[in-house]
Amino acid sequence: MPYPTEYRYTREHEWISVEGSIGSIGITDYAQSSLGDIVYVDAPKVGDAVTANATFGSVESVKAVSDLYSPASGTVTAVNEELKTAPDKINQDPHGTWIIKVELSNPAELNSLLDAAAYEAFIAEETES
Amino acid sequence: MISDTEKNGPRTLGKVRTHPTQNEALLFEKSSPGKRAYKLPPLDVPAVNSAKLLGAAHRTTPGLLPELSEIEIIRHFTRLSTWNYAIDLGMYPLGSCTMKYNPRVNEFVARIEGLAEAHPYRPESLSQGALEIIDLLRRCLLEITGMDAITLQPAAGAHGEFTGILLTRAWHESQGNPRRKILIPDSAHGTNPATAAIVGYAVENLKSNADGGIDLDALTRQVDEETAALMLTNPSTLGVFESQIHRIADILHAKGALLYMDGANMNALVGKVRPGDFGVDVMHLNLHKTFSTPHGGGGPGSGPVACKAFLEPFLPTPVLVQNQDGALRWDYDRPQSVGRVRAFYGNTGMFIRALAYILANGPDGLRQTTEDAVLNANYIRKKLEDVYELPYQTASMHEVVFSDKRQAARGVKTGDIAKRLIDYGFHPYTVSFPLIVHGALMIEPTESESREELDLFIDAMRSIAREAEENPDLVKSAPHSTRVSRLDEVQAARKPILRWRP
Repeated sequence: MPYPTEYRYTREHEWISVEGSIGSIGITDYAQSSLGDIVYVDAPKVGDAVTANATFGSVESVKAVSDLYSPASGTVTAVNEELKTAPDKINQDPHGTWIIKVELSNPAELNSLLDAAAYEAFIAEETES
Repeated sequence: MISDTEKNGPRTLGKVRTHPTQNEALLFEKSSPGKRAYKLPPLDVPAVNSAKLLGAAHRTTPGLLPELSEIEIIRHFTRLSTWNYAIDLGMYPLGSCTMKYNPRVNEFVARIEGLAEAHPYRPESLSQGALEIIDLLRRCLLEITGMDAITLQPAAGAHGEFTGILLTRAWHESQGNPRRKILIPDSAHGTNPATAAIVGYAVENLKSNADGGIDLDALTRQVDEETAALMLTNPSTLGVFESQIHRIADILHAKGALLYMDGANMNALVGKVRPGDFGVDVMHLNLHKTFSTPHGGGGPGSGPVACKAFLEPFLPTPVLVQNQDGALRWDYDRPQSVGRVRAFYGNTGMFIRALAYILANGPDGLRQTTEDAVLNANYIRKKLEDVYELPYQTASMHEVVFSDKRQAARGVKTGDIAKRLIDYGFHPYTVSFPLIVHGALMIEPTESESREELDLFIDAMRSIAREAEENPDLVKSAPHSTRVSRLDEVQAARKPILRWRP
């Protein structure tokens, strides 16, 4: 599955897609395929603060529970309610399924994230080791 | 003879044949009205008007409970029990869980009438025997761990973690600042971050180094004056001993942070090294792992917490103390205590079993069990490392972690191999844990297994590796020899059916 070039990526396998001051955050195809069938998503509430590199929730698969790390700091403006009943959306369309939307408080943080090419190189390295 | 059977349909000659019902219905489905498994004598006391006593809570329609005779109930549960797999049937190599044999001497001692019938409300003066058992177990565990004080109250490992971090918090509070965060390595048991969060701490992840151990530079960077503790499992969940443990303790202590040790893997250390000697401030033990008391449905757990002297004032109440005259009593006057963490004194039946195990083995015997556990794990490692990928080359202690990398190339994952192992008559190993290994196969034989049983297991694992090459679909669709075929785990997690409905 291709990694959208307009997205930015974390080394913890989240992506962020920014429009204006709002960033949509989800997990990558690599993350969903490592986790396997996702059965539950634990997301924050609208109005909660999230911090770059800190956990903001977790995804649970049949195999494991994995923390979600925020690519950027800000305030949650929307939570994808659909994932409550259909968490498998993430498995089907990882790059089209956002988990939360965040009003970014410091867009400069995005500069430290990976672009698609750098992220693909990073996961190639992870798969090697 | 065999051709006769084939000719005449299912084998019906002889004394034994298969029961017509291989699958067992639910009790609700077997129910028929009016059946009873008891018979009460005629009422010989005045009847009570339950409607009047209960008011609005009085139930007008009786609850829908299954109605069966005694033998039907006995058969139901006995049949179900034959579906089970237990350590008494064969090797149970569930990594990290330490499914060791529960020696019969433990059970014998626990059933001695005076111990089995002991009651927590019996006066202390008449309970000195039971109290002595608790006291002797405490002293044995302190000797084994090299710690100063201990509580036996917690009912399981995670409960022990919770208690240990409560002590940590109480101590920091007494120093004027409870602090804010707890560091947890990415190889940790999932209960560690859960514990830290429940006690009100933020969890900060600590990356493992290339050997699967703690990265000392990262630790130094991350420990600060807001760090309450590091929760460390040693040996780690990779079965690797943290050889830098002294330096880890020093780095933490320099910033006033404590070292918590998750004692889940203490069975690799007993009689060899003592956490108290390598800088641990507080730790829990799992009597149901290291000290051979039953678990996995076989009985309650027990998670004693041992600590250094400076944490002793905060231990849960009551604390067992000795009077001048030698009598033991419970001390409730503990102003700095975190309070009770469990009713009464803990799972006393487990204390008796653990003490029986310790005394039956003695110091040399315990050391031998540790050596045998490590030897067995390394035997498996050596015999399987040419067919399964070993992601970390560091020397193994009591368990070995492989990955499914080679088999995954043929589409066969760790979960498939585990399910195929059932066909070979073994309980699966631990699947997909620790998380730092992609597609982990975590195998812990314990000291209980003989070389013969280990060889059978190794043969099974090698055979599955071969099948993964030659006939991957056979492994991917396993198990084949069980009453029910592969269950839909995803559906079970997403849409579980939790109750019977008429």
